[in-house]
Amino acid sequence: MSPFVLALQAQAPAAAAVPLQHLAEPENQFVWFLATVVKMLVIFTIYMIGVMMVIWAERRICAFIQDRRGPNRVGPHGLLQSVADGVKNIMKEETYPGQANLPLFILAPAMSFTVALITWAVIPYGAPWHSKWGVIDMAIAPMPIGFLFVLAIGSLGVYGIVLAGWASNNKYSLLGGLRSSAQMISYEIGMGMSTIPVLLLAGNVSLNRIVEQQGGWGLHWNVINCTIAFIIFMIAAFAETNRLPFDLPEAESELIAGYHSEYSAMKFSMFFIAEYANMMTASALMATLFLGGWDIPFTMWDNVAPHTLIKTLLTFGMVWAKILFFVFVFIWIRWTLPRFRYDQLMSLGWKLMLPVALAYIVVVATLTLVLDWVGIHPSDWRFAVTMLVVNLVLVGLLFGVVDRGRLISPAYSRLDKRNLDKLRQVTRDREHLATAGRAGGTGD
Amino acid sequence: MAIGVKVLERPIDQTSYVRATLKGMALTLKHLVSPEKVTVQYPEEKWALSPRWRGTHRMLTTEDGKSKCVACGLCPTVCPANCIKLVPGEDEKGNRYPLVFEIDEFRCIFCGYCQEVCPEEAIHVGRHYENSEYSREGFVYDLERLMSQTHPVCEMWDPADPKGE
Repeated sequence: MSPFVLALQAQAPAAAAVPLQHLAEPENQFVWFLATVVKMLVIFTIYMIGVMMVIWAERRICAFIQDRRGPNRVGPHGLLQSVADGVKNIMKEETYPGQANLPLFILAPAMSFTVALITWAVIPYGAPWHSKWGVIDMAIAPMPIGFLFVLAIGSLGVYGIVLAGWASNNKYSLLGGLRSSAQMISYEIGMGMSTIPVLLLAGNVSLNRIVEQQGGWGLHWNVINCTIAFIIFMIAAFAETNRLPFDLPEAESELIAGYHSEYSAMKFSMFFIAEYANMMTASALMATLFLGGWDIPFTMWDNVAPHTLIKTLLTFGMVWAKILFFVFVFIWIRWTLPRFRYDQLMSLGWKLMLPVALAYIVVVATLTLVLDWVGIHPSDWRFAVTMLVVNLVLVGLLFGVVDRGRLISPAYSRLDKRNLDKLRQVTRDREHLATAGRAGGTGD
Repeated sequence: MAIGVKVLERPIDQTSYVRATLKGMALTLKHLVSPEKVTVQYPEEKWALSPRWRGTHRMLTTEDGKSKCVACGLCPTVCPANCIKLVPGEDEKGNRYPLVFEIDEFRCIFCGYCQEVCPEEAIHVGRHYENSEYSREGFVYDLERLMSQTHPVCEMWDPADPKGE
């Protein structure tokens, strides 16, 4: 058995000392059932309203960034704009392309919408509530394999888009769908690899456990422990949600609207909602994995007993604050950056993010092991400080040295150095010949 | 690689995607919080029109409420869009007046020649642009309608600066 696995096992008892919160569900099956139903209703409602508000926020923020005002007519500050759009889209005529594969054509928007929604089942959105009927976990389905579930369902997201592209029987839609599948598969790998350091530190794939491990004063948040992983995860999340600068599947200028060119009315709306739902899901994941989930920073109050209802509600608010922060970052980046070229997208994913993520796993694993030998446990503050220093150095290296025209390749990057030199030589030779020809007066 | 493609030497060592991105984000954030917006909230607030704005026509009237027009026929003659229809009449005292005076606002190109050519300062283009009708016929303004317009009329030139200097 490798020393690393041994080290992990050595940590296990210490990890158990942290109050474990994924306790058994309430003894009473009825309470459990009722709580689950209530949680489902509450989260679904908040989620749907949240999507509406995020669509409104996107339009408003993009307008402000462009010195416009954005939708401000329907309701106060235009808050009901999405409702008006929804009503319009429901009443519009649905068009079906004559040669489309109808069952798949209809299935596709539902696929992409549902998949975006399902991930929310496992995200812990508050501290568990120790009610008098038993402990009620604040995730709809607190699965012990939470994170694996997220990855599995996340990969399904590409189906909706590819099916839409294929079923439309339109070459641009198909190209959009293909691009999307290539993009999502590429970045899925970077995304999965970037989360391994987080899983190493938590020693578990349960999202509840990952949040617990980050609990405390905010010093143990994984954004401090695994900064590089956070950056990679964030970039991959942009790619996974098809947001700019990764919105190649849509690419209005090249593919009209990509996979949803042929969709109209509510089916188009479903794709639209799915995009924003995906954005919120990715934000929730980033908040859970890297920003301590429901942990309130700068206080220990929320991590210790008694776990009252007020504590649950406050931590619930905290999760949403973090999610909305990331949603804002998504919108902000979208209205700042232009779209990548396809080869830039691929080389960023495969040549940069994947190797960096892999190397970072080694770095974090080694550091954890070394610090454990020295006698510093991951829940120690010295651990966080050491990681922070190392991460700052690595971020400096990555952005200072690697990011010198290599991060995003410039226009001629599809040529390698050797071919480029050859081409330049040819250009030089031709110019040389031309000048020589003129000098000799034998120009034809 | 196609022949004749010019390959530029780019300063790779000086370019940075991350720094450029952060710079861009700072710029967009500055605009996000800036209260200056270019949008004009149209029905509530409107642009101040120039005094030389040439819009919807208006026929000026004398004190006793008749149109100043003497049906001389200069405006239909000068009109490049041929949108003015004038049928002259004469009363018992020999004063000429328009029997029919119609302007098709759809055909009009708002050049303002009619105002410039009018010897009586009767027909004017006005500082007004909000015209909407349910039919094309609605855009043919007759004398009644031209006289009942109340918007300010165009000053063809700035009295302080008649040559536009």
